[in-house]
Amino acid sequence: MAKVHEPHVAHAPQSFIRRYIFSTDHKVIGIQYYVTAMLTGVVAGILAMLVRLNLAWPAHEWPLLGKLFPVGMEFGVMKPEFYISLFTMHGTLMVFFVLSLAPVSGFGNFLIPLQIGARDMAYPFLNALSYWTVLPGVIIMLSSFFAEGGAAAAGWTSYAPLSAVQEAIPGSGMGQTLWIIGMVFFIASFTMGGLNFVTTIINLRTKGMSMRRLPLTVWALFLVAILGLLAFPALTAAAVMLLFDRHFGTSFFLPAGMYVGDKLLAHQGGTPLLWQHLFWFLGHPEVYILMLPAMGFTSDIIATFSRRPIFSYPVMVLSMVAIGGLSFVVWGHHMFLSGMSPYLGMAFTVTTLVIAIPSAVKTFNWLATLWRAKIEFTAPMLFALGIVSLFVTGGLSGIFLGSAAADIPLHDTYFVVAHFHFIMAGASLFGVFAATYYWFPKMFGRMMNSKLGKLHFWLTFVAYYSTFFPMHYLGIGGMMRRIYDPTVYQYLAPMQPVNVFITLSAFVLGAAQLLFLFNFFWSVYKGKKAEQNPWNANTLEWTAASPPPHGNWEGPLPTVHRWPYDYSVPDVSDDYIPQSVSPAEVQARKKG
Amino acid sequence: MEVLTKEKAKLERGGVDFDKGSGGLGGEGGGSPEGALPIHTGEIGLWALLATITMLFAGFTSAYVVRRASSDWQPIAVPSLLWFNTALLLSSSVTLEVARSFLKRWRLEALKGWLVVTALLGMAFIAGQLLAWRQLAAQGVYLPTSPHSSFFFVLTGVHAVHLLGGVLALCYALVQAWRFHYTPVHHDPLALCATYWHFVDGLWIYLFLMLFVW
Amino acid sequence: MEEKATVKSGRSGEGLFLALLIWLMVIVTTALFFKRAWWLPTLASDRGGIDGLFFAILIVTGIAFVVVQAMLGYFLWRFSDRSVARAAYWHESRPLEITWTLGTTVILSILILVGLRLWTRVFSAPPDDALPVEVTGQQFEWTSRYPGKDGAFGRTDPKLFSPDNRLGLDEQDPASKDDIVLVNQLYLPVDRPARVRLRSKDMLHSFFLPNFRVKQDTVPGMTVENWFVPTKEGDYEIACAELCGLGHYKMRGLLHVLSQEGFEKWLAEQGP
Ligand code: HEA
Ligand code: HEA
Ligand code: CUA
Ligand SMILES: [Cu+2]
Repeated sequence: MAKVHEPHVAHAPQSFIRRYIFSTDHKVIGIQYYVTAMLTGVVAGILAMLVRLNLAWPAHEWPLLGKLFPVGMEFGVMKPEFYISLFTMHGTLMVFFVLSLAPVSGFGNFLIPLQIGARDMAYPFLNALSYWTVLPGVIIMLSSFFAEGGAAAAGWTSYAPLSAVQEAIPGSGMGQTLWIIGMVFFIASFTMGGLNFVTTIINLRTKGMSMRRLPLTVWALFLVAILGLLAFPALTAAAVMLLFDRHFGTSFFLPAGMYVGDKLLAHQGGTPLLWQHLFWFLGHPEVYILMLPAMGFTSDIIATFSRRPIFSYPVMVLSMVAIGGLSFVVWGHHMFLSGMSPYLGMAFTVTTLVIAIPSAVKTFNWLATLWRAKIEFTAPMLFALGIVSLFVTGGLSGIFLGSAAADIPLHDTYFVVAHFHFIMAGASLFGVFAATYYWFPKMFGRMMNSKLGKLHFWLTFVAYYSTFFPMHYLGIGGMMRRIYDPTVYQYLAPMQPVNVFITLSAFVLGAAQLLFLFNFFWSVYKGKKAEQNPWNANTLEWTAASPPPHGNWEGPLPTVHRWPYDYSVPDVSDDYIPQSVSPAEVQARKKG
Repeated sequence: MEVLTKEKAKLERGGVDFDKGSGGLGGEGGGSPEGALPIHTGEIGLWALLATITMLFAGFTSAYVVRRASSDWQPIAVPSLLWFNTALLLSSSVTLEVARSFLKRWRLEALKGWLVVTALLGMAFIAGQLLAWRQLAAQGVYLPTSPHSSFFFVLTGVHAVHLLGGVLALCYALVQAWRFHYTPVHHDPLALCATYWHFVDGLWIYLFLMLFVW
Repeated sequence: MEEKATVKSGRSGEGLFLALLIWLMVIVTTALFFKRAWWLPTLASDRGGIDGLFFAILIVTGIAFVVVQAMLGYFLWRFSDRSVARAAYWHESRPLEITWTLGTTVILSILILVGLRLWTRVFSAPPDDALPVEVTGQQFEWTSRYPGKDGAFGRTDPKLFSPDNRLGLDEQDPASKDDIVLVNQLYLPVDRPARVRLRSKDMLHSFFLPNFRVKQDTVPGMTVENWFVPTKEGDYEIACAELCGLGHYKMRGLLHVLSQEGFEKWLAEQGP
């Protein structure tokens, strides 16, 4: 009677549809997520280009674009509401549908079972379901552009009342509703993924894979899953209330006496600040959801290509735990000037600056890992090093913003835009690139072209700094974010050349990504065949074939004997000892 | 009926050992997880889910606390039906435990009967909530009438959705019982289902207290 | 690895190149800051402390920035030597870790303390002689109001909002008779504390005075107060710093800081 749990993934499904479309194989699902995120990223990147275009030459006439966007750019001139929709969707897509999906759902699904030595995720069906939940989410979100009134236009933060009152702005009609529904799909999917990650990592580790031997990537993804499970419900609650405010006349976020479009609204006694609290209770952990995987990837990649054990593994784990925990108590730093009590502002200043301590520790540990290394400059390594540089630059600007008083002139200016493009867009995006170059051989069984990859890095790295660093100056000079035309203000007009410079360099940045896309798709078909362990790395995925078969390992699962960072162990002939190598084998490999 | 030894059962449930790695599904159940925590995969997933749901209602609670502090707060009266509904739901938890006790004594027929009763009580609760809504509407209290009524409708609605999920889970457990998938030691789906059910039950008590007593 | 690596010698050009890039970036950005190619808009209020704090943080983070980036570059150059046989197997150092953890903790604690002192000052109670004004945000204009001779703001009621009565002033209330209402214009006397009541009729807005280091969201249903002392006569721009709709980018007002006498004169001219 009793069903003993078989490894229920032993046989690969045969039909094309079951195998590549409705697959429950974590690797296929991971790649599905990844490709979805990539295509969404292209859209979101194009939106950024349009934003930049308008910021350099506000309200300029572009007849050709007028044909492409007959509504938003009638007669070729961008409308303010279209501009607002552009950055709203750019932010939303990038944060949730590109840089949460690609590293967490994409690489997370692909890597977790491979790195902990499992045949699949704990709930393969739920896993497939989560992908098929997020895909409609993406489509609904994008369809927002075709809604009457245009796409959602209340910023990626969707602050009420702008997002709650339909008359407030054209995008607050159907577009905003689709935004909310798209987000709910996303949250549902992310929650399913999170349950799967947590369970898999706790329960499916192979023999010998103790928590103290997990690669830092897995640790990061584990923490991210927990953060997601605990933080997203706040946004779910907020989204439900927002939907009710919009469509059923409730007043959770809408106070009495609002006068919109020459009409007094009937709402009674809600408070707009409530939305901000709920949003940022999610929003801040969310930005670390974007950052932690990049931190994990960097740690592993830097160790591999430095041929050095990661410096202070326990502290690396603890600092991620600390960052994750603290990220729940800093949300108010987005609200210093929102009308929230100044006393709360003080508390949030303290917590915000405290969270910089574990971040600093991580940075120094990375540097210490590079000390006395034997660095190999491969494409993934270059991107990983780029992360360190961008993270420091972006993190340090966070210190200005975190100190409530210094935030007064800087809040809602381009200084903030610079901050988060460095640390979030920069470091996390580089994390995805680093991970792609690193694990591509495992995903597709082929190598990416390394010359193109390096060229991609040089261009992206330089263009990144020249695009986003000058934004600090704009912000200090007082340029507000989310404005369609900065030249309206006399004090901003002299800075317009900087905007032109940024735009030109953003175009270079955008163009550089074409190299990546080309390299990616070309390598999938034409790349050099990859060996099983092309980087001589230690983690378990490199003991599986490239690409791994259904069930990941042909024979029995590998048994783990050591932590993943045994690089350059003295007296051993190879400069790396994979996790699955037993002490006896090491003895045998000893020199002399 | 197959008698399972304790060890075998433990193996079957998978196990975790934070230091030694796990002998779970990924580990093909291989190896004897010495000193392993006998936590089933489903159990971990369930507890994580409960944590998420808790956070969802924590979000609502914080909104409620903030809103309630305003001077224009006007509470609505407790719809009398709620007391009855609460009793229904509480008794459903009891009947579920009764059902499970029959499983231990290996009386499958009684098990199924009590499971059906539990599911019906759950459905009755949801129907009762709907009636309570109608009762309020009849008094002229609608969703947008006052902040308190908004919270009442939204929270009861969201709770009912979660309870509905519980009813579905019960149905699944029932089907499993029908198909003879349980043994006195192997009945995880039922145990998980019960945990969830009691949780949603407790959640209602919490909401009731928050909305009308506090 | 061993058999593949055709034993190369010397440093990798890529390491040097990346190091140079990072150093170049550090030099250019630091030079721009030192040149003050761009800086905070000219200060015209008593909130110079904020500039001071900003500068202090700039020094601290600037040093951290230069040191960490330069070190990163240096390591890349230094340890890209391909002729080195093997990297070091070394992954723990208590003293090092304690040093940098404590170091950052101390630096950040100081920043916290300095920042908080300033913050409490900015949000302290306004002085008694402060001039009360009210600024109300609406899509996409700033409406300012002075209490007039009686020193009291008249009652307002949202029900009375209309294009002619933009604040919903209640004519019945005697205090409202002498209230002065202006659109997109704000007049303040120099060197006298101004106490601004901020309100909003519709969306969130943010009352932003770049030259005064003042920024505060206006929230419908809430009244938030802010006070500061204008210290320089002249005309300044008022901006909106919170996305509030289509016209957010052009929700621009003007703040005129007049001499004390000039202000009295102006005020007298406003009377009915
Ligand atoms: C990946 C995402 C990510 C990460 C990791 C961070 C990290 C940090 N963020 Fe950032 N932040 C965002 C994404 C992120 N942020 C986004 C998206 C927004 C804007 C949202 C919006 O409004 O649209 C934002 C906005 C934002 C604000 C609100 C600004 C405003 O609206 O006015 C603040 C204020 O406190 C802040 C602070 C910080 C701090 C202190 C850190 C720290 O964790 C940084 C710590 C790192 C370091 C400090 C660098 C390394 C350390 C050293 C080299 C050691 C030496 C250092 C010292 C001695 C100081 N961030
Ligand atoms: C986290 C992600 C992220 C990323 C990567 C970017 C990338 C870019 N962003 Fe943006 N941005 C945000 C998040 C991001 N941004 C957010 C949250 C806001 C705030 C919105 C708001 O105010 O509501 C914002 C706002 C914002 C503004 C301010 C608008 C305003 O306030 O008026 C500007 C202006 O210059 C801008 C520019 C750019 C540019 C030029 C890029 C360039 O880097 C883009 C170049 C293109 C790419 C780099 C494409 C990259 C991706 C791929 C090719 C796919 C790869 C994917 C995989 C491999 C899976 N962004
Ligand atoms: Cu008012 Cu922006
Ligand atoms: Cu934050």
